Amino acid sequence: MVEKRLQPNLSLQALKTGDTAEFARMVDAYSSQVYHLALKILGDAKDAEDVLQETFTKAYRHLNEFEGRSSIATWLYRIASNEAFMLLRRRKPDALSVDEDIPSPDGDGEREPIQLMNWCCLPEEEFLSAESRNHLDLAIDELSPALKAVFLLRDIEGQSVWETAETLRISEAAVKTRLLRARLQLREHLSQYYAERLKELK
Amino acid sequence: MSKTEHQHNSQTCRDLLKSLSDYVDGTLDESLCVEVEKHMADCDRCQVVVDTLRKTVELYHDLPPPPTVPDDMRTRLFVRLNLEDFLVAGKIEK
Ligand SMILES: [Zn+2]
Repeated sequence: MVEKRLQPNLSLQALKTGDTAEFARMVDAYSSQVYHLALKILGDAKDAEDVLQETFTKAYRHLNEFEGRSSIATWLYRIASNEAFMLLRRRKPDALSVDEDIPSPDGDGEREPIQLMNWCCLPEEEFLSAESRNHLDLAIDELSPALKAVFLLRDIEGQSVWETAETLRISEAAVKTRLLRARLQLREHLSQYYAERLKELK
Repeated sequence: MSKTEHQHNSQTCRDLLKSLSDYVDGTLDESLCVEVEKHMADCDRCQVVVDTLRKTVELYHDLPPPPTVPDDMRTRLFVRLNLEDFLVAGKIEK
């Protein structure tokens, strides 16, 4: 897994003793990731900003309880995703109930792949276009909130399976099942787009 | 292409689907990897699914980190947290 974020050198001890300068550095180090995570889950800039503010307000209040068992990022993402899901439940009461209890992965739970065009060999610049980037975003937006949260933490924020499980308070098995489903759905979505591109280029 | 027809949609393909995340992450047990690769050699369909799934994950891994939050949003955040004194400090550090 690619280490996406450089861990800023924050002193946990300074943070825990209420050093406000250090806390300000922590806010600057993580505010953008927290905000974009919330924005992706909620799809609303105002709501995402509320989550951003709540997350760091709570973080400041509870810093003394932070044990350092997980990274600061994991800890902040947990607060942020809790806040985001709380708000999402309030906004759309049905959003989470449907697939909160995904059936166990033992059966033939995964949907058959439908798109079978191999678009991997498209020229590299195809994948870098603004239109292509836009489709990556759109595909995430179409995931259910439960799948989206796992995918964002694992594949966008680069958290491990264990950290993602910790953040969302679900089992590692559930993380793996949801991650697979999310990735397969994204593959279907992207295949539709890139298969078209492939045909156009031929 | 026709080599896949006889086992298209087979149980093996469905079983393989469950291991795909681990396979593209490189965290699948070696013995299972061998099975996946053996199956793919005979099944174009699964080969395509694996190739495009791997590419899908790669595309998301390669996305640049999100831009920093806009200045006005940062200011509101710092005010809310009583961190006004550090508004400038953080800016310079960046
Ligand atoms: Zn197959």
